[in-house]
Amino acid sequence: MSDLRDLYQEVILDHNKRPRNFRILPQSTHKADGVNPLCGDRISVYLDVEDGVIKDIAFQGAGCAISSASASLMTEALKGKPVAEVEHLFEAFHNVVTTDCECPRGLGKLSVLAGVREYPSRVKCATLAWHAVRAALERHTEPVATE
Amino acid sequence: MNAMSALPALSTLPPTRSADLDLVRIRAEFPILRQKIHGKPLVYLDNAASVQKPRAVIDAIGECYGGYYANIHRGVHLLSERSTVAYEGAREKARAFLNAASVQEIIFTRNTTESINLVASSFGGSVVKAGDQIVITGMEHHSNIVPWQLLCERTGAVLKVAPFTDAGELILEEYERLLDSGRVKLAAFVHLSNALGTINPVKPMIDLAHARGIPVLVDGAQSVPHLAVDVQALDCDFYAFSSHKIYGPSGVGVLYGKQALLEAMPPYQGGGDMIRLVTFEKTEYADLPNKFEAGTPSIAEVIGLGAALDWLTAIGLDAVAAHEHELLEYATARLQEIPGLNIMGTARDKAALAAFTLQGVHPHDIGTILDREGVAIRAGHHCAQPVMQRYGVPATARASFAVYNTRDEVDALVKSLWKVKELFE
Repeated sequence: MSDLRDLYQEVILDHNKRPRNFRILPQSTHKADGVNPLCGDRISVYLDVEDGVIKDIAFQGAGCAISSASASLMTEALKGKPVAEVEHLFEAFHNVVTTDCECPRGLGKLSVLAGVREYPSRVKCATLAWHAVRAALERHTEPVATE
Repeated sequence: MNAMSALPALSTLPPTRSADLDLVRIRAEFPILRQKIHGKPLVYLDNAASVQKPRAVIDAIGECYGGYYANIHRGVHLLSERSTVAYEGAREKARAFLNAASVQEIIFTRNTTESINLVASSFGGSVVKAGDQIVITGMEHHSNIVPWQLLCERTGAVLKVAPFTDAGELILEEYERLLDSGRVKLAAFVHLSNALGTINPVKPMIDLAHARGIPVLVDGAQSVPHLAVDVQALDCDFYAFSSHKIYGPSGVGVLYGKQALLEAMPPYQGGGDMIRLVTFEKTEYADLPNKFEAGTPSIAEVIGLGAALDWLTAIGLDAVAAHEHELLEYATARLQEIPGLNIMGTARDKAALAAFTLQGVHPHDIGTILDREGVAIRAGHHCAQPVMQRYGVPATARASFAVYNTRDEVDALVKSLWKVKELFE
């Protein structure tokens, strides 16, 4: 049970149960869907970008605790951030969930997902929302897949 | 004391004994089952995805490669002759297993999927025209949906889907109504649903189609390891299954087809082994079954399948079915003790698996947590996304049973599900 607690930390269980920014943004400037073909999980992300800054961000969809919590934590992390920082944050987050690196300080709460690195089959769950945000900012119209 | 009272009730049997099976001996034949996963004894309940292999099968493959392997059907040397005899011997075992009339009706493919694609491409490609219809059911695996969709795209035919009830039972009247359009060229349906466990009433379904002159393909990927199949009694036109789900190696599938149909069908793939005479002007094709086996097949694996069929036949499918039925009943009762657990697929005629959801917990999280307890299950859409859509869930967790599973293992499953609840509450 103890090693499972490393994956399913309280913060993750909390964000899974009560996802933040879980809604549709009616006046979003960017939107994209992400699907994980392996499990059929689907997520939609909405962004409201003004002057290169993410003024608001929200998501909807159904997924496992890891993908829901990751999406929820991501929206908190990205709100108010310049679009230019997204790629850098995604890269740092990706490193945290796939390698044994030290968690960089700038990641804040996102680092609770570091436990995913011990579960390679779950990395795609943790990164699904990020792939969708990247697609939204690149203005993809087709759903983006993790595969 | 009368004779009846001397027999222990089912529920008081020792957990590693079944009514007719010596599970200790059977389990000892599976080397893989002896290991620990994350420090816990392996409880392998992902048998509907692929089943583990007994020593007899592993040895048969080793003996082929280590003792007499060579290419088949062409060498004049002894090893080629021995390999050919073993390979064709496996064909006879598959014939006997399905009770087909002739070995010419047994085609070796890569898997069930390729068997179905062969029929869709060769039979469908030559018979199905624009405006024709193919009838399937709503509980098909993707492998019995997509080949027909591809055929429909190529020909302009239309795919019709017979619905099923909330319990997961086919609505026979709806199926019959679809057959009545006068334009149906083939009915293709699953014998045992991998997502629900439903055993379809294949005999009446075949008879209904035949009454209208419609040929039938049965997807037997899930059924053959669990219940005896007699293709002559069923009178189906095609029957497809995979070796890896019936204790044999991966990479081999079987397609049974009625001889007259197979003879009339054009080849599926061209190449070596499927020809009688090749010139640049014209090629004469080989007779059945070689016409449909282009190129060097999975020789050792086909021989391994033969060993698997021998092994399963020696245990006896009736004893297997009785044991698995007892496990399913026990598992169903134990799973229903868990609050918030909902079993999907409650057909009266059901086999060998329990698909379920647990309120507030996604199946993938269940799968990960159970794995840490040594319990291997499948979580996801089970390559049956339309079934998930039918019930409005993105995925389910599925525990599926094989002959070597025990009541102890059901207990381990249930115990670890309580841990899932503990963690998520």
